Amino acid sequence: MDKVAIVGVAQTKYEAEKIDQTYMELTFEVVKKLHNQLGITNDDVGSVITGSNDFNDGRTIANMAVQDGVGSVRKSESRVSGDSAFAYVYAAMRVLSGEYDTVLVVSHSKCSDGDQFLINNSIFDPFYQRHLGLDQISAAGLMANMYMSKYGITEEQAAKVVAKNRKNALMNPFAHLQKEISVDDVLKSPMLAYPLKELDFPPFSDGAVAMLLTNEKNAKKFTDNPVWLKGYGSCTDAYYFGHRTMTDLIALELASKEAYKMAGITDPIKQLDVCEISENFSTHELMIYEGLGFCGKGEGGKFMDSGETQMSGNIPVNPSGGILSTNVAMANGLIRIAEIALQLMGKAEKRQVADAKTGLVYGMNGICSQGNCVLIFGGD
Amino acid sequence: MPKHDVAVVGIGQTKFRSKRRDVNIPEMIYEAVRMALDDANLEIKDIDALLIGNMDHFEGINFSELWTGIDACGFYLKPIVKIATGGTTGSSLGICGYYNIASGIYDKVLVVGWEKLNEGGATTGIITAFDPVWERPSLAGALGPLALMANIYASKYGVERSMKAAADVVVKNRSNAANNEFAHLQMPNITTDFVMSSQMISYPLRLHDCCPQSEGACAMIYANENEAKKITDNPAWFKGVSTAHYYTFGCDDIMYNLPTATIASKHIYKKVGIKDPVKDLDVAEIYEPTSWSELAWCEALGFCDFGQYAKLLDDGVTQMGGELPVNPSGGVLSTNPIGATALVRFAEAAIQIMGRGGKRQVPDAEVAMGMGFGGSLWTELCILGKDPKPLR
Repeated sequence: MDKVAIVGVAQTKYEAEKIDQTYMELTFEVVKKLHNQLGITNDDVGSVITGSNDFNDGRTIANMAVQDGVGSVRKSESRVSGDSAFAYVYAAMRVLSGEYDTVLVVSHSKCSDGDQFLINNSIFDPFYQRHLGLDQISAAGLMANMYMSKYGITEEQAAKVVAKNRKNALMNPFAHLQKEISVDDVLKSPMLAYPLKELDFPPFSDGAVAMLLTNEKNAKKFTDNPVWLKGYGSCTDAYYFGHRTMTDLIALELASKEAYKMAGITDPIKQLDVCEISENFSTHELMIYEGLGFCGKGEGGKFMDSGETQMSGNIPVNPSGGILSTNVAMANGLIRIAEIALQLMGKAEKRQVADAKTGLVYGMNGICSQGNCVLIFGGD
Repeated sequence: MPKHDVAVVGIGQTKFRSKRRDVNIPEMIYEAVRMALDDANLEIKDIDALLIGNMDHFEGINFSELWTGIDACGFYLKPIVKIATGGTTGSSLGICGYYNIASGIYDKVLVVGWEKLNEGGATTGIITAFDPVWERPSLAGALGPLALMANIYASKYGVERSMKAAADVVVKNRSNAANNEFAHLQMPNITTDFVMSSQMISYPLRLHDCCPQSEGACAMIYANENEAKKITDNPAWFKGVSTAHYYTFGCDDIMYNLPTATIASKHIYKKVGIKDPVKDLDVAEIYEPTSWSELAWCEALGFCDFGQYAKLLDDGVTQMGGELPVNPSGGVLSTNPIGATALVRFAEAAIQIMGRGGKRQVPDAEVAMGMGFGGSLWTELCILGKDPKPLR
């Protein structure tokens, strides 16, 4: 594979309600920040890919609203509808094709502007499933219940994920929730969808993220520490829950195998230094450990207990605080990529994992890991 | 030059109708997918990834690709990506497919655009595309802005002359549609009087100046140079793609003459080595949501000077048998399944190159252009040919 580099990233501070900024202003903030950081102007950007979703934005053709903000006037822009990890992949393809030297990727969401339960309910089948009240919360409860009862995962093990990620978020100035909580706090929080409690779930956040991609020839013009794409795998699970193995993320397993193969990874725990994953609820992170092959099936809880994924462990997962601390809907995937880029550039400041050379990103579309995107990145 | 050449090796489209009551959404999409697979003599297992799109708000289904990608296209345990950019959805999909292959990430991809507008509301959806504070009161839906653009065009180039030319466009495209078995509105005996006496919708747009609302799907299979050889000895090759976007607010600039069509076409003509589009292109499938749009769009694409498309029509240049037939398929004025509409333009361009147009075939078509239009006045273009090389 030819090489495609991330040469700069910019994020807004993520907050519950950015009432003073429109979508366009959020995107403009990160794009301008990126320009200033790299010392470039809009003329240095060849093409733009955005990641957003009409239901989340409450607007048809939601990318219409950000043209001025992302600087795509008189340029080529395209929009991947869904998680922005997939938008990154399209942007990388544009660079790899050789037709553009630079591609800007931007994603935004303002969860505060819409009813997230209705938005997520409308992912489900309108005739048979929406009336059941299924949304991201109740679906997660179903999945967690099946997973925990099949493999004997405890509520404490799930709560440890939340305590870890929320603690990590304290070191991330961009994170939305920055308050340390204990395993006990999680266990004592009100029940939301059995067996998951309020603190097993992420907040809803507003914000935007941008990054610039370029080819091998131009990377050093922008930065001394470009971050290279080493592996990519994508796989989609069945739509109806009844058609899925709800206790195992089999589509993630296949996507990660493909990405590992491309990146030459045979022992992920040894070869990966840091991971940023889209964990939409506490036990989801445990299931993702299994899907990524960090441990055997049903061993996600034990793997959490081992402490390997803590900041001090062999494979820190979500030093940024993850989605349990910052949940910007469609921007989540690109935020994960931005955070891994910062880690591999050595610019992650207080949340830096020492000597991080290889990182993994997991981006997710839909409900309970239906659409899966695994990306492996490497520093120079 | 891209890293890999990109070929169209399979095409499928449904019959487009205002109401496809005989099929549900997955059945309708599968009809086009099956046809494309049979056309390329491939099965789902042979294809690496799926790119699929429609407009979420029109049918009211969020993340529709996660449903239709699995249950209509059969891409279970495969990569699925959704591209949705309004009217340009089909061309954005078509162009995304190009980059999927050109980059070397995938060898073969399936590209699908669809819409089932009878199960939702297109105008209800389109209204929310506009800024809630500044635009919705004045530019709601698609017809408002298009009527405004037609009005500016008419006042600039003469009301009577433009109205007659617009009606001529409808007659040309709807009678072309009679040669296309897939087209929605087939009117072989339509006259300019019939168009010009139809109900006024939004001055100066009359009922028959406007595109219909159609249901249907379009599917295309792309392959790189190595795979294409194995599939067919008569593929349609991409010579280039081009996109130009524009301001968030449609009224921030002059809008009647589609500046993005000029920007995008200059870019692609340079890339493909086209000096005079009327001479160098053999056929064009453009995205004309109204009759007036064909006048302005073709001028912006450089087929003639601004204000001169009426003369091109009178001289028969863009008629079947002319030097550059525009919309042999009947165009958008005959068939408009929104998420599929622009992909149908790409597919029809490929059909012409492959020489499979039947009654709508332009003889010896070797270079064809397809166009997508949508969003806040965006243009997307592709030029296809018998080989992937530039003309000069």
